[in-house]
Amino acid sequence: MLTFTLRRLLLAVPTLLVISLVIFLVVDLAPGSPMSEIPLTIPPEVRRKMIAALGADQPVFVRYLLWLRQFFWVEPASLFDGWFGTALADGEQRILSWQSRSPVFSIIGQRLPQTLTVIGTAYIVGILIALPIGIYSAYRQYSWFDQAGTLFAMIGFSVPTFFSGTLFILLFAVWLGWFPTKYDTQLEVRDWASFWQQARQMAMPVMTLGLANAAAISRYMRSSMLENMGMDYVRTARAKGMSERTVVLKHVLRNSLIPVVTVIALGIPSIFGGAIVTENLFGVNGIGAALIGAIQANDIPMVQTLAFIFAVLIVLFNLIADILYGLLDPRIRYE
Amino acid sequence: MNMKAALLGAAAVLGLAPAAFAERGTDGEVKLTFPQAVSIMNPYLTGGTKDILAAAMVLEPLAVVDPNGVLVPRLAIEIPTVENGGVSADLTSITWKLVPGLKWSDGSPVTADDAVFTWQYCTDPAGGCSQATKYDGVASVEAVDPSTIKVTFSAPKPNPYTAFVSGLSPILQKAQFANCLGAAAPTCTDANTMPIGTGPFKVTGFTVNDTVTMAMNENYRDPAKPAFASAVIKGGGDAESSARAVMETGEFDYAWNTQIPPDSQAAMAAAGKGQFVVAFGTLVERLEMNMTDPSPDLPEGERSTVKAPHPILSDIRVRTALSKAIDRSILVEVGYGAGGKPTCNVIPGPEGWASDNEGCIAQDMAGAKALLDEAGWTDSDGDGIRDKDGKKLSILFQTTVNPIRQDFQALIKDWWTELGVEVELKAIDPGVFFGGDPGSPDTFQKFYADVEMYANNSESPDPESYLAQYLCSKIPSPETQWQGENINRFCSADYDALHAELTKTTDLAKRQDIAKKLNDMVTKDSMVVVPLVHRGTLSAHANSLGGVQINAWDMETWNTADWFRIK
Repeated sequence: MLTFTLRRLLLAVPTLLVISLVIFLVVDLAPGSPMSEIPLTIPPEVRRKMIAALGADQPVFVRYLLWLRQFFWVEPASLFDGWFGTALADGEQRILSWQSRSPVFSIIGQRLPQTLTVIGTAYIVGILIALPIGIYSAYRQYSWFDQAGTLFAMIGFSVPTFFSGTLFILLFAVWLGWFPTKYDTQLEVRDWASFWQQARQMAMPVMTLGLANAAAISRYMRSSMLENMGMDYVRTARAKGMSERTVVLKHVLRNSLIPVVTVIALGIPSIFGGAIVTENLFGVNGIGAALIGAIQANDIPMVQTLAFIFAVLIVLFNLIADILYGLLDPRIRYE
Repeated sequence: MNMKAALLGAAAVLGLAPAAFAERGTDGEVKLTFPQAVSIMNPYLTGGTKDILAAAMVLEPLAVVDPNGVLVPRLAIEIPTVENGGVSADLTSITWKLVPGLKWSDGSPVTADDAVFTWQYCTDPAGGCSQATKYDGVASVEAVDPSTIKVTFSAPKPNPYTAFVSGLSPILQKAQFANCLGAAAPTCTDANTMPIGTGPFKVTGFTVNDTVTMAMNENYRDPAKPAFASAVIKGGGDAESSARAVMETGEFDYAWNTQIPPDSQAAMAAAGKGQFVVAFGTLVERLEMNMTDPSPDLPEGERSTVKAPHPILSDIRVRTALSKAIDRSILVEVGYGAGGKPTCNVIPGPEGWASDNEGCIAQDMAGAKALLDEAGWTDSDGDGIRDKDGKKLSILFQTTVNPIRQDFQALIKDWWTELGVEVELKAIDPGVFFGGDPGSPDTFQKFYADVEMYANNSESPDPESYLAQYLCSKIPSPETQWQGENINRFCSADYDALHAELTKTTDLAKRQDIAKKLNDMVTKDSMVVVPLVHRGTLSAHANSLGGVQINAWDMETWNTADWFRIK
């Protein structure tokens, strides 16, 4: 198991390097300029100087190598400095966003907590809704509950979040006035009143995303349960006179969870990636909103760094899912 | 009648009285929302209006422009003029006097050195200052004494109110930015996001591209202002959601740039929580006619350059016919509602500067058809498309991807098709269209199309520099890496000569007269530029927010010191 993990980790290094180069080239070759959003009243000479001040006029490979150095040396060094008070990264240029001239990693640091709270909660809520629906739907296949569960999943799959989100805003914020439409990122939870406020402002984004997440996971859960229900060991367990509860919740559920856990683990990088549409819609200043804003403004360092972090997370969680699979399923062993 | 007027006046004074006697910081918090979030608070390092709007609540210039286009002193005692001796008789220098006792929000005194430093900061060649044009022609800025600033120009300057005037060119604190000159400018993150200013508010918290929190500035020069103890600007989302947060749910007090479809405007106004306000500046949505041939058959280097005149649009009768076929009132109704009005001018305001040219407003399809007949474009083969010498009257019409512009394209295509013109439409990503990348065929400067549509405006009420874009020397070409503002490739010796005269004229009435003539030369006299809609900026504020005076000539947040809560 250890050698397997090490081998996979070592293999990940060249993979990630190639990914970083591809992302860099794609982002760089995409049409547009960091100056495309500024008003036309700013004359071309001034624009040229602004681009030069950003360093955007350098050849693409110079910028790529500089970015690699900043990402793998300057940023970890400055993080280390922050923790231990050393001065490894003094005088070094950190990765700066072109839009805001702030270090990209401080922006990510500012935004990650919001994304994790909102998207993470939505993911957990989604799982909590999906598992019971999946289990009971499979146990009572083709019952009215199963049909209702299928309908729910169908709606969750097919209604895009920009539509369900807007619908929720109109329904719960404009007509009923229960929830605020804009997420207040400055709110600090200190007492019950502010906790209540936080819960109210999280309600709509969490509902929007939870619905979409629950739909997918409930279908995986259902099909995995169905597959196991027909197995011989289930008949054996019933023949031994075990209660239905034990058969379903102990024997079938445990075995059915194996693929579902993998699916859930593979979905975790998307929590860090944020939800572009939902975050934008409700004004949650998460990673997804940062990414779309950076893409619109052609803020290449920001887009590049975020996209690369997502790539790292996806590679990492693929590995974690594989290891988890081996731990959960005794039939699978990595040597 | 007089009695009634007097009573009304008295009532108005009484209505305003609570504001006049209000104390600083008694009205709680004012909440603003922008569809685009604030990225940075230093106006010299950004071109984004959203950033400069936020900065204008904190940083102040020597003078601002009020909603009527008139200069109002801010950090200066008065506006220097030739009459009061502030501007030298030969127009080569201007001397500003600072208000005595001015303090930064950290309590230190504001001196003339800060202004000198600001000039050095923005003119440093490695700094990439976005407002560098404000300091064009400035030879030096000196501190004559701690409260006197003398700006000397390298040549007589009829409009000396550029440097340190308007929210685009505020004064920075030397002590805070001293280590941020030139190439170091972007690395001063703290200074760039939390600048120390003299305005009614000071920054207390800044999350990039999300929220700016501000508290009242205890050292603000007027002890009774601002009425609000704190302010918040929340960014992100879109125009629709910003407008909704003010007009329907009442979560915010002010929303900037709420340009939404006319039917949504009406629906939101009906909720009764707020109102839309509109300010008309100089922003004009226009059609630009290409005077050069964009045909792909031409070799690179000749395509869309002055070497190849346009085979169809070089004829003024065709350009005029295309303009006559358009019903501008319908365009306004469909696209902008209260936020627009039909126009025939490139310079639609301020009042004294706008030409009385209104000939294009009424649609004249018959006249347009007659003009094309006269020009020799007839439908000889009966396929519904006019032709001449075996060449079809066919036009490629491009603009950016934008729902209103696509509506406009469809409407205009209908009108032109009725005229017998074949129209091909093209929509380009705005990032590419305005990106200015010389390698891309789709930039608005390269103009590989016959007609294109976008909006542009003058950055100051005085349009001298704006009108300079139609000079022959500003034509984009391969030699200039396709940079240049003369998109139409219009070139007229008369225009150049008249513009040169404008740069030397000081008398306001004469300047306005010349500007009107220049405006007419590119619009009704030549039909090179076909203006469509004079666009305003539409914003929304809650009914409970008082003191809002929307301003097209400076930042909308120019008078946040005077905003108050209506109780």
